[in-house]
Amino acid sequence: MRRGPSAFNIASVALGLAFLYAPIVILVLYSFNASRLVTVWAGFSTRWYVALFQDRQMLDAVWVTLRVGVISATIATVLGVLAAIALTRSRSRGRMVLAGGVYATLVMPEVILGLSLLLLFVAAGLPRGFWTVTLSHATLTLAYATVVVQARLQSFDRSLEEAAQDLGCPPWKAFALVTLPGIAPAVAAAWMLAFTLSLDDLVVASFTSGPGATTLPMRLYSQVRLGVNPEINAVSTLLIGLVATGVIAVYLIQQRRRPSP
Amino acid sequence: MSGRPNIGGIRETFAPWADPAAAPLVRFDGVSKAFGDTRAVNDVSLSIYEREFFALLGPSGCGKTTLMRLLAGFEQPDAGRVMLGGRDIAADPPHQRPVHMMFQSYALFPHLSVAQNIAFGLKRQGVAKAETAARVEEMLALVRLEGLGRRRPDQLSGGQRQRVALARALAPRPKILLLDEPMAALDKKLREETRFELMNLQQALGLTFMIVTHDQDEAMVVADRIAVMREGRIVQVGRPAEVYEAPADRYVAGFIGDVNLFEGRVATSEGGRVRLLSEDGPIEAEGAGPVGETAWVAVRPEKVAVHSEPQLGDNVLAGTILDYGYLGDWTTYLVEIAPGRTIRAARANATRTVARPLGCGDAVWLSFEPASAVVLTR
Repeated sequence: MRRGPSAFNIASVALGLAFLYAPIVILVLYSFNASRLVTVWAGFSTRWYVALFQDRQMLDAVWVTLRVGVISATIATVLGVLAAIALTRSRSRGRMVLAGGVYATLVMPEVILGLSLLLLFVAAGLPRGFWTVTLSHATLTLAYATVVVQARLQSFDRSLEEAAQDLGCPPWKAFALVTLPGIAPAVAAAWMLAFTLSLDDLVVASFTSGPGATTLPMRLYSQVRLGVNPEINAVSTLLIGLVATGVIAVYLIQQRRRPSP
Repeated sequence: MSGRPNIGGIRETFAPWADPAAAPLVRFDGVSKAFGDTRAVNDVSLSIYEREFFALLGPSGCGKTTLMRLLAGFEQPDAGRVMLGGRDIAADPPHQRPVHMMFQSYALFPHLSVAQNIAFGLKRQGVAKAETAARVEEMLALVRLEGLGRRRPDQLSGGQRQRVALARALAPRPKILLLDEPMAALDKKLREETRFELMNLQQALGLTFMIVTHDQDEAMVVADRIAVMREGRIVQVGRPAEVYEAPADRYVAGFIGDVNLFEGRVATSEGGRVRLLSEDGPIEAEGAGPVGETAWVAVRPEKVAVHSEPQLGDNVLAGTILDYGYLGDWTTYLVEIAPGRTIRAARANATRTVARPLGCGDAVWLSFEPASAVVLTR
């Protein structure tokens, strides 16, 4: 006889989900609060969203963040695909060195990564700004993109690529026509992951940004220090919506394009 | 099957390898290839002729797939030359060789339809759109998949996928088609049908096929000639009947079909007849051997007759039936002629019922003709 979940099961799932999502739910609810006070509910209102869209500085920060996210995620994905190819295909001993080099940033504290990037930019005499943040984010997210693509590439049937070459494709074309469509879901997932990581990074951006290139997390953080404003809840809600959409999109893409057994 | 060409008849007269003036289509010339410490292909020389159906036969790891991949261009030889139409193609990358391969996994492109898969090679050759479409239809008809062009590979059965893979490799009209274990993934019944389909296709298109297989039945049925490989070397090349009836050594004799071996010293060798002194008694066989040295006499189970009465003459061995296996068309007997020494004999079940069937423990006498046995010196 099959039994449904027990009361204990339901309670533990509910508690677990509450632990994960209660803060976010509260944040979203309070973004529609009419009151100026963050902790007092005074009825439903969208006034903070209106205020947000009139806040030039906040909108600038959103725009910078999106641009940094798109460009750095694209750089990280392209490099990540190349690194993943090298890591799965190479038989040379340098492979281990490359793997170590790529994966080290996964475990490196962000503070150290940010600091070292800052030192590098100072030493190279690069003015801090939009491009330094973008490059830093590409560095930060490269390892994640590589891991995602490599996992797919490892299970990809090499003979498909050989078949394409056999039928007249030079190696690069075989990759573009056969391998890339095969690993496309993983590439999309890698891009999304890199984009969201860039979107919510505060530490590295704080080290490597300069005047005129304030990202949204930096803006939020500096505003919170002056006092929490419901406008922050509004912008955070929009951010959560964007990331959630991205994650769900990736999930759907991967479901639909799942390779047949 | 109606309209089937009489392939057996064509094969009886097809023997370009016996013609010293014939130029081979493919020639491996002292080719070697090592992976690390393993010599996958070791000094192989081999010629394959136009319109030939050539089989590379051997156990897994014998180097047969590597030899095929050397011809396709996926591996580079460490030594020797690979020639196609008289030209050394060692420097040509795979996509520039007029050699196409049907992969063991079929390697169909999952994101393309059946028709797009078949058109893939044609597109790369720059064949015009209308002609490509016509050729795809022609190929679909050839492999009996009309109307399935719009399907995706994952909507096809295993047998259909196999035929798409075949059509895709044939569409650009290769000079030679390489088939890597093409029927390994099919069930027995389909495999047997596919063998004849492959032979028909090869005859109808007038193409050269090279098949890699570890299945000796498959090689025997489809091929004009078989090359038996072992540990990177070619042990014997010949027509299926030659390889079966006149194996070059004990390895080939044992790998292709079942065989009974008698080891002993050659007592006499004269008049095309050898007398071997074995532990099982003197054995007579046609052939020649080095007098006074060790040699082997090989005889196939189906050439060993089983009698329930004592026999007179040469090559008679008395024993008891230890076990037997009923296969429907054949029954094979395992006969113990001395403690721990068994001989296999096979008998065709020519009638449905036998008055006095042989069973375990029955005393029997085995015999075989000297002409049915082969003398092996290796």
